[in-house]
Amino acid sequence: MTKRDLKSGAIWIACTLAIYAVFQLLISMRILQVSQQIAWITIGINIILAVSLNLILGVAGQFSLGHAGFMSIGAYSVAITLQFVDGYLGFVLGILVGLCISAIVSLIVAIPTLRLKGDYLAIATLGISEIIRIIITNLTITNGAIGITGIPRHVNFTTVYIFVVFSVYILTSITRSRFGRVWKGIQEDEIASSSMGVPLTRYKVSAFLIGACFASISGALYASYFRAIQPGLFDFNKSVDILVIVVLGGMGSYTGSVIAAIVIGLINLVFQGFAQERVIIYSILLIAMMILRPKGLLGSYELSFKRLFGRKDSYGNTKG
Amino acid sequence: MDQFFQQILNWLTVGSVYALIALGYTMVYGIMKLINFAHGEVFMIGAYTTFVGMVYLKLPFLASLLLAMVFAGLLGFVIERVAYKPLRKSSRISALITAIGMSLLLQNIVIKIFGADVLTLPEVSVFPSLTFGNVVINGNQLLIFVVTIILLVILQYIVYHTQIGRAMRAASIDYEAASLMGINVDFVVSFTFVLGSILAAGAGSLVAAYYNSLSPAMGVSRGLKAFIAAVFGGIGILPGAVIGGFLIGGIETLVSLIGLSLWREAAVYFVLIIILLVKPSGILGKKGGTKV
Repeated sequence: MTKRDLKSGAIWIACTLAIYAVFQLLISMRILQVSQQIAWITIGINIILAVSLNLILGVAGQFSLGHAGFMSIGAYSVAITLQFVDGYLGFVLGILVGLCISAIVSLIVAIPTLRLKGDYLAIATLGISEIIRIIITNLTITNGAIGITGIPRHVNFTTVYIFVVFSVYILTSITRSRFGRVWKGIQEDEIASSSMGVPLTRYKVSAFLIGACFASISGALYASYFRAIQPGLFDFNKSVDILVIVVLGGMGSYTGSVIAAIVIGLINLVFQGFAQERVIIYSILLIAMMILRPKGLLGSYELSFKRLFGRKDSYGNTKG
Repeated sequence: MDQFFQQILNWLTVGSVYALIALGYTMVYGIMKLINFAHGEVFMIGAYTTFVGMVYLKLPFLASLLLAMVFAGLLGFVIERVAYKPLRKSSRISALITAIGMSLLLQNIVIKIFGADVLTLPEVSVFPSLTFGNVVINGNQLLIFVVTIILLVILQYIVYHTQIGRAMRAASIDYEAASLMGINVDFVVSFTFVLGSILAAGAGSLVAAYYNSLSPAMGVSRGLKAFIAAVFGGIGILPGAVIGGFLIGGIETLVSLIGLSLWREAAVYFVLIIILLVKPSGILGKKGGTKV
């Protein structure tokens, strides 16, 4: 831990606290209306979803189209657990149940399919999330297509904020670690990585598993805040929504995912009544982005206070 | 026993449709290594063009079917030129995302024009119903069989007995080598898209006629299942797509028959995962190593 690490760490903590303070002030002064609070909660949940998909797609380079499926596992786990166990204990237990199921399901999908090329993974994950949706629609404990309503609310702005900060922190730390650098290597060149002795499947599966677990957490937050869930909420379109955020922000950039989630959330708030037009614009944006700037808005750029302070050496790298 | 034959007829009907759509997937994937997610939407637009032909232009069904195939062929050409051609050299993830964007775009344009509700196609009666004892072949089932067989024969002729078909086969084996041998691969790709789109639109028309209904969402799950059919038979292999189509149709019919029709789609995806586990190259596929 160098002095600069401490300094940038302190600035990050100060920033997170400052942003939180501003939001609390706006809420307590009633400048932020309830509808706007809901929009910000949605943005927070989308940030968790986007950064976790970014880990799978942008960092490890594996294409998952079933992120909404894992979100629904988290949501239903919390909703059902809260029917048996009351209070915060039930909420925490629900999150844990969701994490366990997501981990098991993601292992079942990932181990066979991650041996294959990326496209097959895309279809297999899409398939698994559809299977999850059909199972939820046909079970009685999940109340079928009608879904579950009246879920106790154990989530408020503070909870979501803590989870967002926690998720972004954990995921960036993992990505910066030795583990994360192996993922980036796999993304750059699988064959080269494997000939360097990297166990490809093990690393890919671990990225997929971590991403799925965070998606499940976001689902848990969603269920407990909005108090009503139904299988239709977690369909292919939801997975695509998350994909749009990651792609627009830049595959591989967590900063990009966060910014894109906020921007798209605010655009949705403005264009609330124009669902069709919104999707048309999104899809054109998606195509244009892939043709003109395939790396997304920020590419793989990350905001780093450490870099802002550091002097660059002659290679453009920051001195440690 | 009659029930049995009736189910076989259902199976062949559903299977024909999947086979027609799967051929487009398999041809495009074979050459470009791209899952063309917009293919299901071309299928859906085929159905809507038929609707426009029959309701607004007052054409008979067969003329509307042709109109749908011509329109979808043009659409396939435009989609390829606008969205996929600039991405020929990009990563496969970029191409896949573009395909998803294109699929959403087409679907929502149709919703914008025709609304999200289910529309009703006028009654189609090209063939009369045939009765053998207690087994009834619905006229529209007959229509599906006849059109599918005609399209498959034409496709077979194009792919195996023409110059462009030979170029397509060459490009699907090795895209770069084909271009080095003087094959205009850009033209081949466009041609493949047009051909696939025509088949998908034909299938869309037939489905709309069979069920008398069409909706903007009709292409999504059928498209995916047709892609699974293509994976099933061995992607890139034309007879594989047809076999896969009939297999998926068979699984669906069987699952419905034993009273689990709500689990129909889950069964198809489940079988997909089994296939990926056991033989990822598909039924007719060979195992190929990665070239460095």
